[in-house]
Amino acid sequence: MFTHFLMGCLFFLILSILAALYRVIKGPSMSDRVMALDNIGINLLAGVAILSILLHTHAFLDIILLLGILSFVGTIAFARYIERGVVIEHKHSE
Amino acid sequence: MKPNDVILHSVTKVAVVIILTFSIYLFYGGHHNPGGGFIGGLSVASGLVLLYLAFDIETVRNNIPVDFKIVAAVGVLIAVLTGVSSLFIGKPFLNQAFGYFDLPIFGKTELATAVLFDVGVALAVIGTAVTIILSISEDG
Repeated sequence: MFTHFLMGCLFFLILSILAALYRVIKGPSMSDRVMALDNIGINLLAGVAILSILLHTHAFLDIILLLGILSFVGTIAFARYIERGVVIEHKHSE
Repeated sequence: MKPNDVILHSVTKVAVVIILTFSIYLFYGGHHNPGGGFIGGLSVASGLVLLYLAFDIETVRNNIPVDFKIVAAVGVLIAVLTGVSSLFIGKPFLNQAFGYFDLPIFGKTELATAVLFDVGVALAVIGTAVTIILSISEDG
């Protein structure tokens, strides 16, 4: 019973990733694409967590932390680019 | 107009500590668990890139006065020297050894010579990744 519930959760997570993928491709503005990419990252985290419950292992927990870090850094880089036009500044702008 | 990035600075100061600690964990997990020099070096590089993103190149260069090209070169040198050093005792290239020792605090601990090679790999990856990202961002 619990296994079927987890499989249902995985199915809906995949649907959510597909919907966000549509927004990445179609998205009218740059901000929509960045938000959709962040959403895909978080859905991937949830999928890995459910998969590690299903397989009764904790070998994938490192992957969750690493994906979280990379998704965080990537979203901040995109936000920086949209707001300022440069990713890494040379001097602190006054 | 002065940009308002108080939240970004505060989050970065906490998150960089977590990322660097996690990368040390990944580095030492490389023997029997997922991890190792390459992925440990990459996560250190992502923490440094987060610092460069939140602050700027001048501030980070003043606080971490390290030339990352030299870091990459030293890493490759360490990796090659640990590989070659097994040739002097009549073993094949990149041979390794490990043993169990009783350390004062940790108790019975496995120490392996492959960690020295992994230090070289990690330094090479940190230097290369940070140099690539800084030189890409410079022509913007």
